[in-house]
Amino acid sequence: MKISFPHMGHSHIAFKWLVENLGHECIVPPEPSKKTLDLGVRYSPEFACIPFKMLMGTYLEVAEQGAEVILTSGGCGPCRAGYYWVMHQYLLEEMGQDLKVIAFEPPLCDIKDFWKKLRWIRKTGGVSWKHFAQVMKITWEKIKAIDDVEIYSHEIRPYEIKKGDTTRALTRALDDLDKAEKIDQIMEARNAGIRRLDEVLCDKLRNPLKIGIIGEIYVVLEPAANHYLQIMLGEMGVQTHRSIYLSGYTRESAITNGGDAIYQIARPYLDEVCIGGHGVNSIGETILYSQHGFDGVVQLAPFSCIPEIVAKSIIPSVSRDFNIPVLTLFIDEQTGKAGVQTRLEAFVDLLEMRRQSNEKATRLVV
Amino acid sequence: MKKAYLGVDVGSVSTNLVLLDDNGTVLTGKYLRTSGKPIATVQQGLYSIGQEMDKELEIVGAGATGSARYLIGMIIGADIIKNEITAHAVAGSNVARGVKTIIEIGGQDSKIIIMRNGVVTDFAMNTVCAAGTGSFLDQQASRLCIPIEDFGEYALKAKNPVRIAGRCAVFAESDMIHKQQLGYNSEDIIAGLCEALVRNYMNNVGKGKEILAPVLFQGGVAANQGLVTAFNKLLGMEVTVPPNYDVMGAIGAALLAKAWSAKRGQTKFKGFNIQEISFKTTSFECKGCSNACEVVQFFENGELLARWGDRCGKWEMQAV
Repeated sequence: MKISFPHMGHSHIAFKWLVENLGHECIVPPEPSKKTLDLGVRYSPEFACIPFKMLMGTYLEVAEQGAEVILTSGGCGPCRAGYYWVMHQYLLEEMGQDLKVIAFEPPLCDIKDFWKKLRWIRKTGGVSWKHFAQVMKITWEKIKAIDDVEIYSHEIRPYEIKKGDTTRALTRALDDLDKAEKIDQIMEARNAGIRRLDEVLCDKLRNPLKIGIIGEIYVVLEPAANHYLQIMLGEMGVQTHRSIYLSGYTRESAITNGGDAIYQIARPYLDEVCIGGHGVNSIGETILYSQHGFDGVVQLAPFSCIPEIVAKSIIPSVSRDFNIPVLTLFIDEQTGKAGVQTRLEAFVDLLEMRRQSNEKATRLVV
Repeated sequence: MKKAYLGVDVGSVSTNLVLLDDNGTVLTGKYLRTSGKPIATVQQGLYSIGQEMDKELEIVGAGATGSARYLIGMIIGADIIKNEITAHAVAGSNVARGVKTIIEIGGQDSKIIIMRNGVVTDFAMNTVCAAGTGSFLDQQASRLCIPIEDFGEYALKAKNPVRIAGRCAVFAESDMIHKQQLGYNSEDIIAGLCEALVRNYMNNVGKGKEILAPVLFQGGVAANQGLVTAFNKLLGMEVTVPPNYDVMGAIGAALLAKAWSAKRGQTKFKGFNIQEISFKTTSFECKGCSNACEVVQFFENGELLARWGDRCGKWEMQAV
């Protein structure tokens, strides 16, 4: 089978390895580009959100390269993204594309369905359960290693002296991880990657601002969807941390179906209903970032995303109570990079001025 | 020689240039139409400021802002390049100490800036809709065959403003045409339009923001008395239009240049006679990988000065 999947940040490195080692051929999805978006917008309903459109474009691109099966995630929350794979399947059929979409629902929603789909992949690939388990384990290690080096790159970038050095070091580190086959090789590649990043020429005297990034999973995880926000902020001299990393997400959300802690934290602000998506997380994480001493928070949301709209209308009171500025950016196919850049620059100025005036105030108290 | 500071704000509709003296007083202010040619407009504007300027003055700092800030910064040799939100906040708090809210409506964008104790604490900028900005008003004025300068006066003469849907520029326009066809007079329609635009602004940009007095209203659209009245009515408080409301962005850039020059020394400003220099930008699509980045090249007198737009950094060569 020629299998492909949605492009999300650097995760394709791990998923490619997974698909190939389960006895299938992998069609690696290209990084979403203008072409992807054009294709997606053309064949999607107008009021679908940007993740739908970008995935639509990606599926059409991989179909052109001969993909037969798409593996993706489902979802059982009130967020409509859980139903996107069904829509995608319909649209692909309508266009006459011979492409089957297989979506994994969170195991706790429908364990039988989950199991059935896993078995199908294993059987068509012709591997044993033992081999299957082994491959899953290594994939998981790869995902964690990829996240480790990426997280570290966002810490290092604001210190770099020559713009772009960190990003180049990260690219090389990811190439090494791509080649790693066994667990010890993955560990080695991960450590080598961290070392590469340590070798980037840095000005350690800088005191970068810290911004947390929250919002809907796809636009947070896929840099091509958010105008490479973390790189942009990093090059403006800001350390960034995002609330969602695939290793964290799959651990907390897909397996235990919980993330209970974050619901607890958000409870004083939202206790009524489950609003789906990452709406509640956005509220809880704003509080967490404030408690961890971050200077500000950027909320990323696809245009028309209900969970994030609900969160956005609650966030001003969170922001006031916890004294942390929040900038919300809605993303759709029309959002120009210049507009995002202007807002981010202004937000960074705001945080910088705030910090200076706070420092002055503390000096006066002392 | 007396010291002076130059601020340039190049936006979608207007290009503004100001000279400030050492006390932050405006010596000259120019409001020009960009007309889609930012480079030529700035070259001409600078030249004419240079002609009129007191020969005793010496420019010791230059700042650029507006949507063309990076391009213009390179052309004039700006010492500091800042986004327009910060520039407007700096200028606003300089004219009115203790200002708590700044409403700024320009050619194609509108912003709200919330300030407390002289520090920006929150801001917003219109995202999905340009209703209520200068370009839209311009269009509607020409549709009604009324010079834009008289637009406000008409609004003030209205007795019963018509209610016009202000949710979106296109709907507002068709609703307005509908009201015209029904025979309402121009004054009431214009006043209704002003109110619709203010409502739209408050729902879009001002949503969830704590608006406290004193409120400053700046940007080219503040010339419109009809909108000022509509804001007063809706907010239930007096909004102040500062004297140089139309060039506040440029004033902010000049003030930032002043702060810069207090800290550091030599200005990079190229002088007022940049008219003879030819500036050119070209672009091409890089074929190196699937990203297909659009790379922009900037030439001064045929010499390559900067390149930007590529993600991998293969072509990049940033001036500044």
